[in-house]
Amino acid sequence: MDNLVEIRNLRVAFDGVPVLHGIDLDVAPGEALGLVGESGCGKSVTWLAALGLLPGKATVSGSVRLQGQDLATAPRRTLERVRGGRIAMIFQDPSSALNPVIRVGQQIIEALRLHRGLTGAAARAEALRLMDLVGIPDARNRFSLYTHEFSGGQAQRLMIAMALAGEPDLLIADEPTTALDATIQAQILDLLVTLRREMSMATVFISHDLAAVAQVCERVCVMYAGKIIEEGHVGQLFETPRHPYTRGLFDAIPTLSGPLRRLVPIPGTVPDPRELPPGCAFAPRCNRARAFCSQHRPELLPQPEGRQLACAFPVPITQDIVHRQEEYQ
Amino acid sequence: MSQLLDARGLVRVYTARRGLLGRPARVRAVDGVSLRVKRGETLGIVGESGSGKSTLGRVLLGIDAAQKGTVHIDGAPMPAFGTPGWRALRARIQMVYQDPLAALDRRLSVAHQLREPLDIHHLGDGESRSARISEVMQSVGLRPDQAGKFPHELSGGQRQRVVIARALMTEPELLVCDEPVSALDVSIQAQVVNLLADLQRDRGLGMVFISHDLKVVRNLCDRVAVMYLGRIVEEGPAEAVFADPRHPYTQALISSVPQPGRAANSRIILQGEPPDPGNRPPGCAFHPRCPMAEDSCRRAIPETRAVGGARSAACHLVAPAALTEPA
Repeated sequence: MDNLVEIRNLRVAFDGVPVLHGIDLDVAPGEALGLVGESGCGKSVTWLAALGLLPGKATVSGSVRLQGQDLATAPRRTLERVRGGRIAMIFQDPSSALNPVIRVGQQIIEALRLHRGLTGAAARAEALRLMDLVGIPDARNRFSLYTHEFSGGQAQRLMIAMALAGEPDLLIADEPTTALDATIQAQILDLLVTLRREMSMATVFISHDLAAVAQVCERVCVMYAGKIIEEGHVGQLFETPRHPYTRGLFDAIPTLSGPLRRLVPIPGTVPDPRELPPGCAFAPRCNRARAFCSQHRPELLPQPEGRQLACAFPVPITQDIVHRQEEYQ
Repeated sequence: MSQLLDARGLVRVYTARRGLLGRPARVRAVDGVSLRVKRGETLGIVGESGSGKSTLGRVLLGIDAAQKGTVHIDGAPMPAFGTPGWRALRARIQMVYQDPLAALDRRLSVAHQLREPLDIHHLGDGESRSARISEVMQSVGLRPDQAGKFPHELSGGQRQRVVIARALMTEPELLVCDEPVSALDVSIQAQVVNLLADLQRDRGLGMVFISHDLKVVRNLCDRVAVMYLGRIVEEGPAEAVFADPRHPYTQALISSVPQPGRAANSRIILQGEPPDPGNRPPGCAFHPRCPMAEDSCRRAIPETRAVGGARSAACHLVAPAALTEPA
């Protein structure tokens, strides 16, 4: 099957400081892909760069192909049709992404006019349908309200409705539930899963919450310091994480069930992009690192079991991990 | 054992105006909350935004005065806000905030910020203050060379260590932490959670840990109180409450936390919006979202009742202790 999006060797530098070090990433049609990592690892920058949304001080190189069409060299007009039309993006904070002085219905109609050329009664009917689809109760009577008259969870639903207006092939959800309360987060995750299934739309779910990613995605990429360091099927990656960083993330997260155990933090902090270690960027924090790691930067390489991994001394698949597997089942 | 913190019937009502020309509305942010913390015990307070958990933290410290109810520290009533007695007490009860950058003074070095509580409470002389700074810095895992740094030169986790260190300077007996790890990345969050657990164990601190993160609360707290619209709806030993929640809200809240290996559709997904504290539903405040609500829930506010095993719940549908536990 042809990929919907193919990103090759994508690099980004801000004011000459590289923050993204060559990302290769494919998204298949209809697939749900998760991007996880801590703040500053480049999850959002990858997609902002791919869509040409970074500010002028950013230097971007590499190629981003949408079904064969290169977006990196595409003229502005083409990009504008792609953004919101074929690839839509939703963000963490809906209240800052929606316009506070335009009625919500009009905002959705504007997206429909731009991307599908709908006007008048047809646009209004479609906007109402989208509001119903994302679960805004009583959409007809709330069509003419302003964003501040909606709660955070409903504002997020409205933003999803706007993103769906262009009938995109790919929805990029950048921490869409991070600012929401737990019970509302559950509603939005549920909505994203349902929408993807019903609209056969590919989803890229960017999050620092591994568990939320596991609920929405089929495949996961773990990023650290501007690189993908492990990639694989969600079950495989969660049951037997092999990169010491991925493994470290799991050990650092408290659980809601099972035996209580002391958390195992990852020592140190994420490196400053201006002072990246010469070898593996994770080596200074890694309990498996050897001298080799501080000199050689590992490549992301395919593994026999199907995943990709960038580590010279990965966590072996041992008894301990079999135990972990049981814990998650 | 004596209670370090004993709060009874706390009520805090704010007057909030809806919009520029709106009529002022009374918001019962904390609505009749009673709780106790022993020495060496950690009480977790969980709830969603608008549940009143942060207001409760401020009321417990006396920063925000309750309109009704009492707070006793070590058996003595809390003096009024701003009085010399209250100021003296503040050396014994300290607060740790969510956003370290906002809680710290950007123009002061780490050592300077840590010295301030000692200056304010006239503890020790110059030499012993410096010694105390080094000692506390070491105990929270800060290096001696970081004493001269300013907040912007530190990472998020280090800044939160400074905030915790500052709270510990006066050797408090009670620490109130309001979302202390919510702004931190997971790998750093674990460092700070372990630090708080160690400090609490080594110093026998009483701790009130306010958080929306149930996983962290389960890991750190002995007991947990679940708040909904200004009231505690369920309380009990953390392990018991998380393993077997009784109140329908607690059940939904725990179920809503994504867990790897559990399918999304096995969760209880609450319908409806988070509640508006300014527009409290009659009867049980949770009934509009409650999947089990009956007629009685719409009429009467449920009382907090013992439900066995040192637990309590405020729900008409949860059987009281006498019925669930054979004598």
